[in-house]
Amino acid sequence: MKVATERESAGSRTEKLIYFPRSDGSRVPFEVYSSADIYELEQERIFRGPVWSYLAMEAEVPNPGDFKSTFVGDTPVVVTRSEDGGLAAWVNRCAHRGATICRTARGNAKSHVCVYHQWSYDTRGNLRGVPFRNGIKGSAGMPADFDPKNHGLQQLRVDSYRGLIFATFRDHAPSLYDYLGPAMRPGLDRLFHKPVDYLGCVRQYSKSNWKLYNDNVRDPYHAHLLHAFFSTFNILRAGTRIETVGSDNGLHSWLTVFRTEDATGGAAYKDSQLTSFKEGLRLEDVSLLANVKEFDEAVNNHIQMIFPQLVATQILNSLVVRQLLPKGPKNFELIFYFFGYTDDTPEMRLQRIKQANLVGPAGLISMEDTLATELVQFGTVSSNDALSMADMGRDASDEEQRRSMISENRVRHFWRGYQELMGL
Amino acid sequence: MSNVELADREDLLTATTIREMTLWYELYRLQERYVSIIDTDRLEQWPDLFTEDGVYEIVPKENADLGLPVGIMHCFGRPMLRDRIVSLRKANLFEPHTYRHMTSGLEFTTLDASTVDMQSNYVVVQTLTDGESGVYQAGRYFDRVVRTADGWRYQRKRAVYDTSRVRTLLATPV
Repeated sequence: MKVATERESAGSRTEKLIYFPRSDGSRVPFEVYSSADIYELEQERIFRGPVWSYLAMEAEVPNPGDFKSTFVGDTPVVVTRSEDGGLAAWVNRCAHRGATICRTARGNAKSHVCVYHQWSYDTRGNLRGVPFRNGIKGSAGMPADFDPKNHGLQQLRVDSYRGLIFATFRDHAPSLYDYLGPAMRPGLDRLFHKPVDYLGCVRQYSKSNWKLYNDNVRDPYHAHLLHAFFSTFNILRAGTRIETVGSDNGLHSWLTVFRTEDATGGAAYKDSQLTSFKEGLRLEDVSLLANVKEFDEAVNNHIQMIFPQLVATQILNSLVVRQLLPKGPKNFELIFYFFGYTDDTPEMRLQRIKQANLVGPAGLISMEDTLATELVQFGTVSSNDALSMADMGRDASDEEQRRSMISENRVRHFWRGYQELMGL
Repeated sequence: MSNVELADREDLLTATTIREMTLWYELYRLQERYVSIIDTDRLEQWPDLFTEDGVYEIVPKENADLGLPVGIMHCFGRPMLRDRIVSLRKANLFEPHTYRHMTSGLEFTTLDASTVDMQSNYVVVQTLTDGESGVYQAGRYFDRVVRTADGWRYQRKRAVYDTSRVRTLLATPV
């Protein structure tokens, strides 16, 4: 008993909750995908820690007073465009009794009023009004030492890069610019090289841990095997030219798939007798897979994760930012925000809508991702100390793996970064 | 009004009512056929209920309300409708499931003799392999149907869904 008390008073949780047997990120205890204790620690050390969480595109809140309700991890947050055109974000929790203030997904408002006692706040979350602050006819009311300046909403540090809005709870986190870093910024520079229009969002809810999705987007090995649409209709094969890039801390990464003609006609698949290869299937309407040139380099897929809440993607002409939100240890929500460029022709806009078929909850090339993450979640119930393994390419150099789809290098880098951040 | 005039008027009313009932019956039959094809897994017949250039979309209500175009499925013409089904049968992976559609509140507006706009509510109950059934999607159909040589067909069918969080994935059209 005495030991436990000492540990609690020392700031709790000094003991590791979970043991990673290797330092190279290749072995992950399955428990990390379901533990409630780990989940709580993630809220503290990641989402309320030194990271920048993605909130919205500036195109979603273009006008003064525009707002959008969203989350940083579990914490409900509202992002707003203030009267001066700046950006703000505050925890959606009244400073008085803690009630949810903003109850709509998005809108425009000069002030935000809590319905419980009608305390009102401005777009930046400063307290502006307290009904009956001076009581009635001078009796009761707030004490003399009550200063509204000390009772605003909890405000987050907000910044945007190329029209993408991020926030952090940490005053001393590095700047957003540095957080994204030199390895990641070029990917965002390319996707957001000109002004964008927001085209709507779709939401997918998965009964699996949010880190399983982190694994998924960093794993090029699964793409052509799980997503049979790729190989069936000859879009992506193991021989396709790709590039993976990661940040120094391991947490961010991108995967670029270049347009490559497969001269062998899928011989590698026939030889391996893969079930995902079916010869002779063709789409009737191949315009679904057109890639109208709009970037310097012919890229079919670009999938870029900015840890912990953003995945920015280009799939042919479909442009999407996905927001990943944990919902307890065993669920996550994935929101796909579609966009186009403001100078799109009507034909290009139609092409983007058409290719919305490829991604999202009914995405022809992506619907299986949540199936796979759920199969892992269900398969690892009560797994005790069992470990997942990610050894593909472990002997190969970073440079070699950078060009290979048959590699789990970015998955291993992610887990190293995660362990570092979590102190595990 | 003379008795003869009154009788003529009643005949006219009856004729109008019968025309309207017949139309309602035909549209109702189209909807029942649509639902039956999906719920009994005869998806290869699904594109046949559309015109050659028929448009099928599934769009969340939150986008529709804001006038934003994006949804989770957009098929422009029968070839794309058929591609969806080929992909579902041959390429995509998902948990086996059944749908049961419930529809209600069919309303329609006649635009001309061969063009009608209609709306109705739908609820899709999905049953997965664990044996549990649940409301998978609630929404409203916004349809434009046209009279063709083969009968009424969808020129446009837009399923606008309230259940904005799609559970796991959507493989089968609603």
